[in-house]
Amino acid sequence: MKKLQILGTGCPKCKKLAELTEEAARKLGIEYQLEKVTDINEIMKFGVMMTPALAVDGVVKVAGKVPNLDDITKMIS
Amino acid sequence: MTTKNDCCGGGMTKVVLACSGGSNVGQMTNESAKRLDVAGEAKFFCLAGVGGQISGMVASVKGADKVLVLDGCPVACAKKCADQAGLTGYQYLVLTELGIEKKHAFDLPEADLAKAMEAARQSLGTSSKGKTCTCRGQGECL
Repeated sequence: MKKLQILGTGCPKCKKLAELTEEAARKLGIEYQLEKVTDINEIMKFGVMMTPALAVDGVVKVAGKVPNLDDITKMIS
Repeated sequence: MTTKNDCCGGGMTKVVLACSGGSNVGQMTNESAKRLDVAGEAKFFCLAGVGGQISGMVASVKGADKVLVLDGCPVACAKKCADQAGLTGYQYLVLTELGIEKKHAFDLPEADLAKAMEAARQSLGTSSKGKTCTCRGQGECL
């Protein structure tokens, strides 16, 4: 099962990234667990300096922007 | 008024990475990067995190609109870290190429720092009055 984590304190872009990530995961038909990490101290542990960010199985794939659906699909596949 | 979401993927994000090495020019890159950050002209990110390939650090730098890599001397440690982390299209400066002589000393003359800062600002496309982020860590910029 893939662990998908959305790192961000809850701004509109964080929500958009969560929506697109979930859409991409459903499109791929993979088993996944989506977690929203909103605590700044927890976010900082990933080394992320800009939000929103997406981590897949603990590895940050993108930070500071919301990629399009195709790019997110590639990141989580 | 600055709002909480000004820096959450919005606006132009500029990042500076400095070699911060054990010489006058290395420490000048560090001091220049610190001053750019304090002035709000760029964010000073941790080169060790990029060199150590901490995924969050690398992704954060890749997410920036403009990246300036500062090396003190032609050994180019910062550039090598950036390249190994897969960064591309960044601005690059070597302080010895500005006529500053490398020494194993840690005095940082203001005249040399001014030269380094001016070159860094030119590379970033900022001025001492042109700030890119005003939340100063209080908003979504972490």
